[in-house]
Amino acid sequence: MLNALDKLMLEKVADLHELPQGAFNIRKNGVGVQRNTTANIDIITKKDKSGIDVIVKPYTKGESVHIPVIVTEEDIHDVVYNTFEIGEYSDVEIIAGCGIHNCGTHTSQHDGVHNFFVRKGAKLKYVEKHYGQGDGQGQRILNPTTIIEAEEGSVVELELIQIKGVDRTKRDTEIRLMANAKLVVTERLLTYQDQEAKSNITVELIGADSSAQIISRSVAQDNSKQEFYFDLVGRNKGRGHIQCDAIIMHNAQVHSTPKISAYHSEAQLIHEAAIGRIESEQLIKLMSMGFSEKEAEDTILSGFLK
Amino acid sequence: MLEIQGVSLETEGDNKVTILKNINLKFFDKKIYVVTGPNGGGKSSLAKIVMGIYNPTSGKILLDEQDITNMTITERSRLGIGYAFQNPPRFKGIKVKDLLKMAASHNPEKFNICDLLYNVGLCAQDYLERDVDASLSGGEMKRIEIATVLARNLKIAVFDEPEAGIDLWSFQKLAETFKNIHLKYDTTIVIISHQERIMQLADEIILMSNGMISAQSERDVILAGILKNENCLCSTNCEKGVGQNAECVG
Repeated sequence: MLNALDKLMLEKVADLHELPQGAFNIRKNGVGVQRNTTANIDIITKKDKSGIDVIVKPYTKGESVHIPVIVTEEDIHDVVYNTFEIGEYSDVEIIAGCGIHNCGTHTSQHDGVHNFFVRKGAKLKYVEKHYGQGDGQGQRILNPTTIIEAEEGSVVELELIQIKGVDRTKRDTEIRLMANAKLVVTERLLTYQDQEAKSNITVELIGADSSAQIISRSVAQDNSKQEFYFDLVGRNKGRGHIQCDAIIMHNAQVHSTPKISAYHSEAQLIHEAAIGRIESEQLIKLMSMGFSEKEAEDTILSGFLK
Repeated sequence: MLEIQGVSLETEGDNKVTILKNINLKFFDKKIYVVTGPNGGGKSSLAKIVMGIYNPTSGKILLDEQDITNMTITERSRLGIGYAFQNPPRFKGIKVKDLLKMAASHNPEKFNICDLLYNVGLCAQDYLERDVDASLSGGEMKRIEIATVLARNLKIAVFDEPEAGIDLWSFQKLAETFKNIHLKYDTTIVIISHQERIMQLADEIILMSNGMISAQSERDVILAGILKNENCLCSTNCEKGVGQNAECVG
């Protein structure tokens, strides 16, 4: 049974106010607690290691899968391996996400390794939200690894969001795009206090006419530290665009390392990166509309990370 | 009434530059003023002094006899002063409709966002969901900026070169819009502009050069003076004055 805290965490990471309709698998403190499957979407527990296989039948349209993970105890190091088989010409949304509530003194950590096979012509939207809370001294650590193989003509949309309260994170994302496959990655990240975040995103344009757009926006406050490493590789005719923006505040640090590599004369790759503070004109504009300076700052940051 | 009493503005640091010199002006309620003059004459600085973006080195600013000289931008805004930037800032992640809603959040009067955009020459359907970011052209940004000021029921609205970057069709629309908000809301409008068509809207025109008021008078008087002697906008050549009732102190 889910208690009030569990429900709060589910709301934060998966926008769930009640149990979702359709397929879902809720994992709490290292074990699966509730699951539902549908005629088109099956969820099977792995036998060789911790995790699940999510199998979406070909031509499945308009269904969603919720697979949130919540950690509400201290001194837990949960590692999960999930595999997703997204059938040909299906069109589905997968809402993942992890919330940690740690009121203790020991670390709580969740590492999720997600392998996606997005088959020919399929459309996948994958949303992953990370959130931490609790007034204990124990660290809240989330390390996701996402590996995606996007087959011919498939469309993959990723939303990777760290809302707040995560002390340390290391995100590794690797994506390979075959012919005519299309990828859009949106990353949003907020760090504050002494939090640290590292994000490595590697995208390979393997098939002809594949395309990738990666938009990363982050806000680093207080003494927090962020590191980004983007590697866009054009191995065939195709287009790739990385746009990385960070707002830096207080004594924070942001390091962004762009890399674009072309192995084909018709690969068009662009990288844009910017780190800067909130522009004074932005604050003045909102203040001239009646906002206090704090309200203006909060509005700019929440819009930036939306 | 907004009154500027003996306001001067100097840059900070060792090599001080005087931007505004002993400015004395009265902006009476419900009137349209156009401030014009050569580049670098202090027009935009004057507009920023009114909004509180710049603080004067000396002098006072009074709104309805209340001293607002030391008030913040927010405080002045809440008293009913608004300002449209010459180069409006962009906001990544904030949609046009959200910015307009924010602008109107302190306006008790209900209004239609689509009407606002129409009034500045934009088709609402094409813009409401767009981000106020680099995907918008300078002209589009300018019109949205003006719409954010129109969204507020202001006592005094200051527009810094609203015509810059706006095409001819929208320009006509814009001129009508200024007239309409003036009639509907009794707003005092102060427009920084070089355009004769904008000057035609004015009840009074103020000429500025070298950080000083060169002349201030009724529209037709000033316009006649400008037409007679174009160089009058340059203070060094402004010996004869502009028009019978205008005082040319340059």
